[in-house]
Amino acid sequence: MDEHNDKNKPDDGRRAGAPLLEARGLTKAFPGVIANDTVSFIIRPGEVHALLGENGAGKSTLVKMMYGLLRPDEGELFWQGRPVQMDKPSTARALGIGMVFQHLSLFEPLSVLENVALAVPGKWNPKALRKRIIEVSTAYGLPLEPDRIVQSMSVGERQRIEVVRCLLQDPQLLILDEPTSVLTPQEADQLFATLDKLSAEGRSILYISHKLHEVRRLCSGATVLREGRVVAHCDPREETPGSLAELMLGTRIAPPSRASTRRTTPRLRVFNVSATSSRAFGFDLKDISFTLHGGEILGIAGIAGNGQNELMKVLTGETKLDHEADAIRVDGAPVAHFGPIHRRLCGMAFVPEERNDHAAALNLALTDNTFLTGFSKLRLTRGGMIRSRRTLEHTKRVVDTYGVRTAGPRADAGSLSGGNLQKFVVGREIMQAPEVLIVAQPTWGVDAGAALAIRQALIDLAATGSAVLIISQDLDEIFAICDRIAVMSEGRLSPPVPVAQATTEEIGLLMGGVHAPTIPPEPEPEQREAAT
Amino acid sequence: MSGFEHLTPLILTVITASTPLLFAAAGELVTERSGVLNLGVEGLMVTGALAAFAGTYVSGSAIIGVLCGALAGVLMALVFAALTLSLLANQVATGLALTIFGLGLTSLLGSGFIGVTVENLPKLYIPGLSEIPVLGPIVFGQDAMVYLSFACVGGIGWVLARTRVGLILRAVGASHDSAHALGYPVIRIRYMATMFGGAMGGIAGSYLSLVYTPMWAENLTAGRGWIALALVVFSTWRPGRLVVGAYLFGAITVIQLHAQGLGVAVPSQFLSMTPYLVTIMVLVVISRDRLKIQLNAPACLGRSFHPAQ
Repeated sequence: MDEHNDKNKPDDGRRAGAPLLEARGLTKAFPGVIANDTVSFIIRPGEVHALLGENGAGKSTLVKMMYGLLRPDEGELFWQGRPVQMDKPSTARALGIGMVFQHLSLFEPLSVLENVALAVPGKWNPKALRKRIIEVSTAYGLPLEPDRIVQSMSVGERQRIEVVRCLLQDPQLLILDEPTSVLTPQEADQLFATLDKLSAEGRSILYISHKLHEVRRLCSGATVLREGRVVAHCDPREETPGSLAELMLGTRIAPPSRASTRRTTPRLRVFNVSATSSRAFGFDLKDISFTLHGGEILGIAGIAGNGQNELMKVLTGETKLDHEADAIRVDGAPVAHFGPIHRRLCGMAFVPEERNDHAAALNLALTDNTFLTGFSKLRLTRGGMIRSRRTLEHTKRVVDTYGVRTAGPRADAGSLSGGNLQKFVVGREIMQAPEVLIVAQPTWGVDAGAALAIRQALIDLAATGSAVLIISQDLDEIFAICDRIAVMSEGRLSPPVPVAQATTEEIGLLMGGVHAPTIPPEPEPEQREAAT
Repeated sequence: MSGFEHLTPLILTVITASTPLLFAAAGELVTERSGVLNLGVEGLMVTGALAAFAGTYVSGSAIIGVLCGALAGVLMALVFAALTLSLLANQVATGLALTIFGLGLTSLLGSGFIGVTVENLPKLYIPGLSEIPVLGPIVFGQDAMVYLSFACVGGIGWVLARTRVGLILRAVGASHDSAHALGYPVIRIRYMATMFGGAMGGIAGSYLSLVYTPMWAENLTAGRGWIALALVVFSTWRPGRLVVGAYLFGAITVIQLHAQGLGVAVPSQFLSMTPYLVTIMVLVVISRDRLKIQLNAPACLGRSFHPAQ
């Protein structure tokens, strides 16, 4: 396990502890970018191996080549010492490679059983399959009901389907792409227990994550990628999160810093807002109330799909509350009956969760995207005409300030990588100097360096006296930058508590819909428990 | 008894009017379940109608005629599939073009067949059973195509719900990216589904020119392809409900014709509108329940699939 020096010259495949999978000199180029440049590494039997790297470092490309979704331009893969051609996913599966995707690859209108059946080769036998799903899911502590429709399930439950789906094929190597980014701390612990068990059975795991403490907890080997190249092989248990981050980024990073803030005047007040969900199996908002003060960052945690989308729509004005103008007030002025444009004039700014075609129009240039949300606040029109130069200058400022990597301010938004586009949409809103900024998932799918820049920008905005609301599934993020935290669960919002007084356990329980007694009272905890 | 004597022929005409809708809609349902929106059903039907008519006229056999109709539908669907699935053309625009192309092509090629007659499809006749009053001619006295249409709908329902092929088809329509990630050949599956829809559209057209009219005229389909498309939405993509929709529309068509014949004091133009109006109203009512549509509608309907990266 401790042989570090053989990293580039893998040993003979027959020896004990010989590699299960070995990549030798994998290279893959896309137009304009070399995603992987002569990448080599080894996964041993029973090893939990981490693949570390920023977004855009080439992790996804590498994994896709290992799973037969992409073909390498150069280089070879060896499975148990023999060269293999991963020409399609079924080849990889037949060898014993299973993969749990980052963007869950499930079919929402289908049942658990159907989803599993689609991924399992062999004879069509739903009855036997149902039995095996139940067997495997209980054996590994991943409870599942075969007949439930995926659309009605939480993200954590959906991930269980993917894991069970892989395990049914008895894989020797399980690839997990950012598996905990959507889980509560308790769900993540449950997953780690499952992974420990799998590793103890002699299966190998390739674990892709940004979360360095998880990698240090789980993995006994790591390959670090930067800009498509392997920059290090190491044992993460012998590293610190700081040293790992430094390897990934190539530079030392400092955690976000903030001076302690004083709560000043209330800027955004929400009173008893209820709204029905427009999605199948979405949660209706029930009696949401909170106050957001100037200079404060309030974090709303919760598992995806517990009403956050609905809340975001009510706050942005995509869902207007026509007859309850007073339900939402900005600096005392009722805004609940306004749509987004009008609310922006009142000093609000928004960054919706989905950056593709929601926060940004992908087929339009960055300048046009700047114009679309900022035209009134930044006075980008004159007599109904677009002031192109002013728009261009402002776009340039956003691009420069937030280090957005792009061909230029006139490039299409769709040409940016996910992380860069996120920097752009967050930066675009912050540069409008809003009184109230509402951001959903500010650093979703963004690499560590960019995430840090975005978080620092949010802190700096709050320091100017603006109020910031963050809706995030990333608890680490909320604990890192928020003053107070509230939790959404099944369409209800728990009363906000200061972050300093909250523990990860309590918040995790709230996220799961359980109300710990230590959290300030809520009127009807018994009722809710009786109902479930 | 005299009431029944009027009722039986009425029901028989309803069946004749509904069968082509059922065929075309069942085919389109399969196509749409795979995520392909083929708005060219009208074009498929009219091409099938002419091919079937010409085939029957030349060969003298209605069975060969129907096969010609199905083949013509498949060829038209293949053109659509090649343009939209391989060349990634917009499905809506291509579908509309297919309808216009089909109508134009058939009026050009079909001019020689106007006024010609062919032999009708034989009706089933079981001694004893077919003579039962009312029920006999309705249940046991139809032509083979009527039975085939029900068999098709039942078969499609069973395949979609119970078999692996059906599951894969639904999966491709629900999320082509996920299906691709699992290694399913999305494009090939969509080709097959589109061609199946073409065959069914062609058969629907055959029924029009061989049984319903039975003769050839320009624009023979008279908008039935559009009704078939609407029926797929009406049924919220479930085969069982297609039967209800097709027969509802067929019944209203026939009843309004009878009402016109009886001289009801409503202008005949209004009566002719009723089937379409009713279809629109039903669609509006159903579309109000967005949640139900969300659950059954193929999420990838009409979206091109690029298997890039």
